[in-house]
Amino acid sequence: MSAVAWIDVAVRGARPQAMGALLRHFRDLDLAEEAFQEACLRALKSWPKNGPPRDTVAWLVFVGRNAALDGVRRRRKERELPGEVALSDLSDAEGPLAEQIDDADYRDDLLRLLFMCCHPELPATQQIALALRIVCGLTVPEIARAFLVTDVAMEQRITRAKNRVAAEQIPFEAPGARERAERLAAVAAVLYLLFNEGYSATGGSAYVRAPLCDEAIRLARILLRLFPAEPEMLGLAALMLLQHSRSRARLDAQGAIVLLEDQDRGLWDRDRIAEGLALLDKALRHAAPGPYQVQAAIAALHARAARFEDTDWAEIEQLYAALERLQPSPVISLNRAVAVAKLRGPAAALAMLDSLAKDLPGYFYFFGVRGALLVDLGRPDDAHEAFDRALALAKSPAEAAHIRMQIDRLMRSKDAAK
Amino acid sequence: MLYAILCYDSEDVVESWTPEQDAAVIAKLDVVTGKLAREGRLGPVVRLMPTTTATTLRKGKETIIVDGPFAETKEQLLGFFIVDCASLEHAIATAKDLGQASSTSGSYEIRPLRLLRPEAPRA
Repeated sequence: MSAVAWIDVAVRGARPQAMGALLRHFRDLDLAEEAFQEACLRALKSWPKNGPPRDTVAWLVFVGRNAALDGVRRRRKERELPGEVALSDLSDAEGPLAEQIDDADYRDDLLRLLFMCCHPELPATQQIALALRIVCGLTVPEIARAFLVTDVAMEQRITRAKNRVAAEQIPFEAPGARERAERLAAVAAVLYLLFNEGYSATGGSAYVRAPLCDEAIRLARILLRLFPAEPEMLGLAALMLLQHSRSRARLDAQGAIVLLEDQDRGLWDRDRIAEGLALLDKALRHAAPGPYQVQAAIAALHARAARFEDTDWAEIEQLYAALERLQPSPVISLNRAVAVAKLRGPAAALAMLDSLAKDLPGYFYFFGVRGALLVDLGRPDDAHEAFDRALALAKSPAEAAHIRMQIDRLMRSKDAAK
Repeated sequence: MLYAILCYDSEDVVESWTPEQDAAVIAKLDVVTGKLAREGRLGPVVRLMPTTTATTLRKGKETIIVDGPFAETKEQLLGFFIVDCASLEHAIATAKDLGQASSTSGSYEIRPLRLLRPEAPRA
């Protein structure tokens, strides 16, 4: 890696924690960002000459803080700038500073920063955009590309979100245990949202959106290092890693969806699976189940099956039943019905779907599943009708293409039967 | 004498690598480790999973299980090489070669070692 590329990576890695600390210091997102930018500029000047600092985060916080204060003083014309040398020579100051900002501070700083971005008043898309911009440091064009909107539109979205957040009073003292748990839960939800933005992408957009999954996993790992014993954070990180392990297999070369049963399991990323399973193991030791852990456990059963036929559907059905109890939702019941179909046949599953119909009137997957069950039950006309409903509800070209493929297959077998 | 060359580095930085950057880093190190292997000097090369996967057992009358690595430090133990070297000077020279191929600013700790049970697990 070239010097600039190396500095870029180091700064990117340090950004979430450094921004969190700067935000606590300045209590203002714009000022914190400005300070961080300034610190990065100075890093580019100083690091190639003096070598990189031992503690990147502390260096960026210290230099950023001083640089921004200089800016304020300059504007106030209070007094002269200290010399550049005094600021960039941190060899003595760094040691004690690193001790001052200990992990307990970083923990709450980063959590506060993320929590600000995930303010419940903000619509989900703004939460994600703001987190990507402020916490991850993605550029506006990068984020705009991921969301398939213009740079100008994304710039406006982020500015609106920032103004909204700035108007909110988020307390800056260290949160209490309960507050901390609530913040962590809110942040976890947004990380999963961010992950799904990347994961649900198909076709041409899959390529540009995959980095969203990597960012979500990166942030989850950072949070996990600060909160190492939170079972649901462990579960969320495991869930994302296990799902992301399938990314190379779940779309074909044209970007069309490949169902789990048809995926080439040789393309699954074994490293991500191993890490996901390790994290899930750790989570389960706490014996404090939660929705992310249960979902990760389901993903783990798929990851452990060498072939689709080896899938432990009985266990998966149990886990979906547990998830229904933790977090009742017709979508989860629909997933349990899929497991039931594998275990006890399509008729039992269809009966479950009938009771869910009124709760999922506009849900693409409901009609996709229903169509597939009706095919298995030998009711092609009803299946066709269900697939037509699904087609009308498809949200992406890949979803529509997938249903069209099912209809084509149905028509061919109908013709063959004639 | 066998030496462990322990890699300490910032995990935040290493995890910020793209898969392409990561592959490039490994490829550069492979040049050095390939040479060591041809000389018959290379033992296992290990990359540890992230510290988030670590569990620590504190020994005592009652053992305590703690989530996370043994020490919370600014740089983390991320992996190691086992290399056969004639002397400490030789080990330092080998670590220098690895360091030049490496892409980060961390440290290598050089520790002579003794194999108590050399056999590898049947993974």
